[in-house]
Formats: sequence, structure tokens, C-alpha cells
Amino acid sequence: MTTMTVNDAISAALAEEMRRDPTVLIFGEGVATKRRDLLEEFGAARVRNTPLAEGIIAGTAAGAAATGLRPVIDLLFAPFLCYAMDEIVNSAGKLRYLSGGQFQFPMVVLAMTGAGWGVGAQHNHNNESWFVHSPGLKIVMPSTPADFKGLMKTAIRDDNPVLVFADIALGYTPGEVPEDAEAIPLGKAALRREGTDVTLVSYAKTVGTCLQAADALAADGIDAEVIDLRSLKPLDEAAILRSVAKTGRLVVVHEASRLCGVGAEVAALVAEKAFASLRAPVLRLTGPDAPAPASFPLEQAFVPQPDAVVAAVQSLMLDVVAA
Amino acid sequence: MTAFLSPDPAVLDPAPLDPAPLDPVAALERMMLIRAYEETLIDLHGRGRAAGTCTAVGQEAPAVGVVSALTADDLILTNHRSAGHLLARGADPGRMLAEVMGKRDGYCGGKSGSLHISAKELGVVLTSTIVGGELALATGVGLSRTMLKQPGIVACFFGDGAACEGRFHESLNLAAVWNLPILYVCENNQWQAFVHRQETMAADGIAGQAAALGVASAVVDGNDPLAVHDAARTAIAAIRRTAKPFLLEAKTYRLRGHFEPDDQSYVDKAELVHWRGRDPIPRLRDRLERDGRLTAADAARIEARVRATMEAATAFADASPYPGADALTTDVYA
Repeated sequence: MTTMTVNDAISAALAEEMRRDPTVLIFGEGVATKRRDLLEEFGAARVRNTPLAEGIIAGTAAGAAATGLRPVIDLLFAPFLCYAMDEIVNSAGKLRYLSGGQFQFPMVVLAMTGAGWGVGAQHNHNNESWFVHSPGLKIVMPSTPADFKGLMKTAIRDDNPVLVFADIALGYTPGEVPEDAEAIPLGKAALRREGTDVTLVSYAKTVGTCLQAADALAADGIDAEVIDLRSLKPLDEAAILRSVAKTGRLVVVHEASRLCGVGAEVAALVAEKAFASLRAPVLRLTGPDAPAPASFPLEQAFVPQPDAVVAAVQSLMLDVVAA
Repeated sequence: MTAFLSPDPAVLDPAPLDPAPLDPVAALERMMLIRAYEETLIDLHGRGRAAGTCTAVGQEAPAVGVVSALTADDLILTNHRSAGHLLARGADPGRMLAEVMGKRDGYCGGKSGSLHISAKELGVVLTSTIVGGELALATGVGLSRTMLKQPGIVACFFGDGAACEGRFHESLNLAAVWNLPILYVCENNQWQAFVHRQETMAADGIAGQAAALGVASAVVDGNDPLAVHDAARTAIAAIRRTAKPFLLEAKTYRLRGHFEPDDQSYVDKAELVHWRGRDPIPRLRDRLERDGRLTAADAARIEARVRATMEAATAFADASPYPGADALTTDVYA
């Protein structure tokens, strides 16, 4: 085991995949400036700075992916993806299909988001569900350095466009990463805590929120199970359904706003396929339908906190569906 | 007549031309095939057998002139008026018609329709119906040519409408900074969907913007395939020699409306008459007849061949089955 931060885990995955496959390259705003180790090892042709122009960065990645390269692009902050929506959604996501499978788009898009840095709504917008809704794209949003490394490796090897969202607040969080970390398959959730009374489903930084809440609930004699989705598309439906079948209660927790968010999908999935298992209504704890504020206390208030998760679970334990 | 504008005087040096000069009679026949293909589409749509489509009637010269200057290694990205580029590249009109009609034997299995046709076997990476999408992806295709040490260059066809998109600036800028082997071909057809270029641009053309981005450029009569071909060969030679992009602006005119059917009620009649008089097909044909390179009998033989090709293409597309319902969700993911 090695201890490293999420940012270092991303660089480690890039380095390993670039050693393994000469068609992998990375470019974006400040990539060659910030990832000096990669620049030194792989040279200026494979580690490139770009103009501050997200659209052409993403378009260049799509064109390169269609014709033999495996580009990784760093678009810095998730709201900047708005400038690259056409290239990501209309080109990378659709052109495999529209070409009848003639072309494929093996590319990875990196972007940071989330509260923790006070950068406000044009740098912080958890817009991952927009891309879940777009065909042809895969989306991951891990919570630990080990998962970032393993999922980055898989994302680079995948023949589809994969968006990797990195929670800003997790960037400098250290964690254990196995020396010989293997690629982690997309679409596999991680069971972070086993429990029998309630299922907490989350991803990114609110996984930690759920684990803190689970510890507090344990003191009350409530045994919470915590599932870290890691991958939002494909979604590990089986892991969610298996857990809800056991606990009969579900709270979905994420920082993105509620309407049409990932939590809505998880709740609908459980309503459609595990309704008979439910002993209480499904709850969602999410950010509000508001832009993310810069002010630190407001930014913190935007994100579901452990005490809110505890209160939600406690309400469910009382709210027993009549047999 | 070709006027070269260049930030780099070295680009003006004469260079060995490759491939061989365009045979004008072959160019005429190819333009006639493109015209016949688009007229067939318009007819099929009129009879309810194909979806409406964007044609490039009157713009056959840049398609034939540029594509004939490419080698088999070169790759093409184009836009929603791509039939000419595909047919100039040797696409099978039957498979193209089948695609437009949503049939299984189309180049994309019927999932593209007319607006997104790609054909890997021909090196046609993309038809983008998002105006400017071809500009956004062209840099990546150029990058892969360079990184993978492939010999080909990239030909990227777009219109004056796309030149008003931010991606035009972004694409040329990055191609210049990264030394990407891209021939940007602006088919300035004077129309941006239903709006005349003069309403949307203060400048008289597109090529003037290239120098500011560090890209060499030239302007050519886009209704003369031989002039376009010569300009394209010179531009491609410059790209191969300098490893830098080049912008070729072909001044031409869209003789039909934006999307069939279209009554063109918004088009200035005098302008239309002026450009009909410069229609590249009769123009080249008259020239060849005048020069004694084409007889009336030759022309009749070509017409018959084109007609037979389109009849066979239509029969092929008609006979092709629709895709099965199982195709609805195939090829979404690898």
C-alpha cells in the first residue's frame, strides 16, 4: 500500500496507462504546466498545454479518438463543460451510433466540481446527471484515491467516451492505494459499510458524509449500509436492489440538485424493481435548485451534512409502512 | 484565377504537385453525377420516398476539385452538404441513397440519414450537421495523423456559416499552434441556412481571417473545378512541405434553397440569375466543347452513363431492407 492524494492517484493512473499504450496522450489547460512528471517522462507531444478553449479541446479529443489515439483531456471545472457540450454530447456521444459503428471514441474527460474551495457557481456545478442523460457516454465520480486510480485506468482503456468527475474537496485527500492497483471495472458500486436497517446510496464526497452519519446512527442502534456508486453510468442496479431488498429503506445522498438528478434515477429504479421490499418511502438528500454560492457557510449549507442524513434515517425508522 | 494570401512567403514557392492534374472530362462527369444524385434525392423526397435534404447544387466544383487532389491516405471531414464530397471520393451512390432512405445497406446502416454520413472505407470521418462540428474534430484527426506518423492530410469542408462560429477561430488557431496538416476548405456559398452572408458578416470573405491566426490562405473561383483543383494541389503541397494548415476559400453559390423543399422566395432573383449563369457544369461543358475536347456525342454518352448509374442506385436503395428493430440500440456503446 502507498498513501497518495486523489490528484496523485490520477497522475499515477495516467503514467501507468501512458507507459502501457503509446496512443494515450493528455492535453488541456495547464496540463503540461501542472503535471511536470508526466511531461518529463512522456515528452511534449503526449503532454500538451492548450488554448483556453474547451470546445476545441473536446473536439480535438473526439477527432483524435475516432482516428487512432486515446486522448485524455482536462477541462478543469465542470461548468466549463458547457463550452464543450457539443463536442462531448453531439460528437463523442452520438457519432459511433450515427456512423453505424464505424468509428469509436475512446477518450476521457476530466473535470473538477463541488463545494470546498469557495469558487462559486461558474467553477462549481455538479452537472454530472446531464451527461448520464446523454447516450453514448459513461460517467464516473469516485470518492477515494484508490478508486480514482483504478477507474481512471479503466476509463482510458474503455472504447467509449468516459467523463471522470473529481470532487474538488477530495483532491488533496490522502488514501491508501495498492501498489499493484488493477483497473476497476465501470459499473460496479463499492459496499463501504455493511448494515441491515437502511441503505445509504451516494457518490463522491457525500460518501464520507454517509459514513459519518452511519457511525452516528450506530450509536443509536441503527445499522446503516453505505453504497458508493463510483460509476453513474453504467449504474450498478444490482448492488442497489440487493441492498434495498435486505434493508427495506433507502436514502440517496448527493451534492447535485434534486430534480432529475442521479438520486431520482436510483429512487425510480427501486420503485420499479424493489417496491415490495420497501418498508418506508425513499428519501433524497441533495443540494438545492440554486447556483453554488462562494461564501463558505453557504457553500457548506449547499451540501447534505451528516446530521441531516441521521435525521432522515431516523424519520424513516419511525415511518413504517403498514404490513 | 487564384490569389494567394500568406503570412509566410515561403508558402508561395512552387511545389511538386501530386497527384496528377485533373482530367477535365472526368471532372465534368463527376460533377454531373453529383448533380444527378441530388436531383434524384429531391425527386424521391417529392414522391415521399426519402426525407428532405440539404443539397449543394451549384457547389460541385469545390467537391470535385479538392477531393481529386487528395490521395488515398488523406481523410475528409465535411458538413451537411456532403453528397458531393462523398461522391467525388468514390462513394457508391446506391449506398448513399440507401442511407438517406434509412435502409440497412446505407453507409451507416440507415442511422445517419443524409445529415451525418461517414464512410471509413473512403476516409470520410465525419459529416457534421452541427455547423462547425467538422472544424472542431478536424484538429484531432490532424493530431492523430501527426502523432501516429500517418502520411495523410485532413481535408475539412465547411461553409461561410461555420466561419461565423467560434469553432472556426479555435480550430485554425490550434491547427496553426500545433502544426496540424489540415486543408481547411471554406465553400463560401453566400448562404447561411435562410440568411444571406451579407447580413451576418462585415467582411467580404473568409480567407482574410486566416493570416491573423498564422494560417496561409488562398481564394479561388469555386465554380471552376480545374482552378479549384490547381489551388488545392498547391495548398496541399504547402501543407506537406511546411507541416502547417492552409485555408482555401472557394467562392461559389448555393443554387437551391437551404433544405428541400424550399421555394427560395427569400432569394434575390437577379443574384440567382447571375449565379445560374456561372453554373459550374454547363460552364465547364461549354468550355470543353469550345476547346474541342468534348463532342455532343461524348456529352450524350456521359449523360446516359450518369442516368444509368442513378437508376441502378435508386433500384439498389429501393431493394435494400430497413434495419431490424434490434438495431435501435446497437452501436450506442462499444
